Amino acid sequence: MVPLSYYLVLGGILFVCGVLGFLIKRNIITIFMSIELMLNGVNLTFVAFAAQWHMLGSANALSGQIFVFFVMVVAAAEAAVGLAIIIAVYRTRETLNVDQVNLLKL
Amino acid sequence: MTPNLLRFLWLVPVLPLGGAAVNGLFGRHSSKKAITVVALGFSGLAFVLALTFALNFSAASAPYSMDLAHWLRSGDFRVDFSFYLDQLSLVMMLVVTGVGFLIHIYSVGYMWEDDGYYRFMAYLNLFMFFMLTLVLAKNYLMMFIGWEGVGLASYLLIGFWFVKDSAASAGKKAFIVNRIGDFGFLIALFLMIKHFGTLDFPALFAKIQAIGPEIAGAGTLTAIGLLLMVGAAGKSAQLPLYVWLPDAMEGPTPVSALIHAATMVTAGVYMVARSHMIFERAPSAMTVVAIVGTLTALFAATIGIAQTDIKKVLAYSTVSQLGYMFMACGVGAFSAGIFHLMTHAFFKGLLFLAAGSVIHGIGGEQDMRKMGGLRSYMPWTFLTMGIATLAIAGIPPLAGFWSKDEILWRAFGASWVYWSIGVVTAFITSFYMFRLMYMTFGGEYRGTVPRDAHGHDSHSGDGHGHGEPHESPVVMLGPLAILAILSVLGGFIGYGGRFEHFLAPVFQAGQATQEAAGEVANKSVEYALLGVSVVVALLGWVVAHLFYSGRSEMPARIARALGGLYEGVVHKYYVDELYAALFVKPLIDGSTEVLWHGVDQGVIDATVNKAADGARHVSDEARHMQSGNLRSYAGWVAAGGALVIAYMIWTGVR
Repeated sequence: MVPLSYYLVLGGILFVCGVLGFLIKRNIITIFMSIELMLNGVNLTFVAFAAQWHMLGSANALSGQIFVFFVMVVAAAEAAVGLAIIIAVYRTRETLNVDQVNLLKL
Repeated sequence: MTPNLLRFLWLVPVLPLGGAAVNGLFGRHSSKKAITVVALGFSGLAFVLALTFALNFSAASAPYSMDLAHWLRSGDFRVDFSFYLDQLSLVMMLVVTGVGFLIHIYSVGYMWEDDGYYRFMAYLNLFMFFMLTLVLAKNYLMMFIGWEGVGLASYLLIGFWFVKDSAASAGKKAFIVNRIGDFGFLIALFLMIKHFGTLDFPALFAKIQAIGPEIAGAGTLTAIGLLLMVGAAGKSAQLPLYVWLPDAMEGPTPVSALIHAATMVTAGVYMVARSHMIFERAPSAMTVVAIVGTLTALFAATIGIAQTDIKKVLAYSTVSQLGYMFMACGVGAFSAGIFHLMTHAFFKGLLFLAAGSVIHGIGGEQDMRKMGGLRSYMPWTFLTMGIATLAIAGIPPLAGFWSKDEILWRAFGASWVYWSIGVVTAFITSFYMFRLMYMTFGGEYRGTVPRDAHGHDSHSGDGHGHGEPHESPVVMLGPLAILAILSVLGGFIGYGGRFEHFLAPVFQAGQATQEAAGEVANKSVEYALLGVSVVVALLGWVVAHLFYSGRSEMPARIARALGGLYEGVVHKYYVDELYAALFVKPLIDGSTEVLWHGVDQGVIDATVNKAADGARHVSDEARHMQSGNLRSYAGWVAAGGALVIAYMIWTGVR
């Protein structure tokens, strides 16, 4: 039986990797992937806690898993819309570097 | 007087206010004819109304009073808008409306070409309103409204040609010097409120009447009297606050005649006479009034000798004559003071109007050295001004003789010192007035005859040049003639003590101390003194004739012989310079160095500026956080989140 803390540490590492990637990378697709990484770090935490509740015989053991489904649905929608935006941006700006997408800046 | 008529008393001051309002609001776009009709109509109506009151006046039922409206109600203390008509205010009302109306007529001719014609007429009417409020007021606070109002009108009219720097600063000077006097007046009012709880003349005087005279010197009444005298010295240009009046000659000449000779400057005399109940019970204040008046009379007269500006001579003469009036009040001869006030309004108004006619006729020149020989050019002006000169010099039987002699006679009853200074002043007065006449009308014309068009006084571009000196139009000569008649006949009002008798109900009501001092001396002394003053007046004429009728070297030689003294007189005893060094310069320096550079710039401005600077520096730093770079925002969010988590862990661990 793998202890709960292992999952939590792995989830934390995934989340921090996402954050760092988000902050450091300039390519918009990489930033997108970093966001997915953060979401999945959180998802892992959710299911780990849900499994823990299930082992303890709690009545609301399913809520963590349901949360994960919601997150996945939203992430899928976000990926669809985001990728469409990225394609549109690339068509007009011919770049994927976020620092160069700054038309609204003064 | 029927109560029906009395109800309209308030209309006397308010009518000119109506004229001022109509001309002031609509005058800019109306024709000069319409402005004239309004200005003359309203002031003339006030005069007619005043005459109606005079004709229906009966000594038996006087004084009349009329309450218009409530004003202040504070506990027991109340002040109303109410008017008061007794013999004293009747005389003042007639002088103000009568002379005022004549000068309105004269102004039509004098100011017709001026661009600010409507403004001038509106101001004149406004002045009439405040002056009538002053003399008809029933309480000191109403009087104070009028007092301040005439000061305002005076300021506006002195600075009438405000584009000229000297006129603008003369207006300011008059206003500021008057503030000093008004301060004294105001403190006197506060003292009255504190000690007597009322400002209404009848109630106040009834309370004061119960108090005995303050023989020992100092006391409330003495303080009130002295403070009132400070106010009077400011408004009536007495030592040491007279400095504004000669400068006030920057205003148009009708203004000098109306405000700075005939009416406003006599407000101080009126106020002292009105407060006779207070002064009679404060002998030391009375003495101060007499001394100030006597010294001013002599002091201003000596300055008048050496002035070359025709209006400045008359200005110093006015200061000197006001000194006579205060001398009269100071020795308890209030009715003599008011009598001289009235005759002075006639002949000094006339002198100023005639001087205005001269200035008008030769195209704005005021320097007497550039006049001369005008007798043949403007005979009517010469005639009327000659009458006024005889009147002010005290040649019998003209108006000035009667009133001045009355004052000197009463002054002699108080002390021979007052009398002798008064006689010396009378000699000087006669001398400088005839000097003025000889320099202006005698000899040959010394002015240049410029070909190009130029203005009167200083208002330029009136279209007609002055080839030769010319006589003024009838509209200006008419008032001159009427005032000349009054200057001749005005004195007979006082013949045989009739004027004094008329005013007696005002001044003898509850007289406690001063029994008419003159009664003690006998008739032969009176005639001797009368002879002396006539001789002195004629002597002044003779000396002026010797000096100035021909091309005499005498004045220059005497001037050289006197040296420093002459220089002092020419420079008006350096009083303006003294005041500038003593008060004005320290004030300006103090304000500049301490208040402006020190307090205003150093403390107030610095606080605000430093605070703003600090805020800008801080925000300048903080602004860098907001770079517009999305990832840096995300970094801040992450850092913030990390901070929160760290805090939560820390609290959780603890």
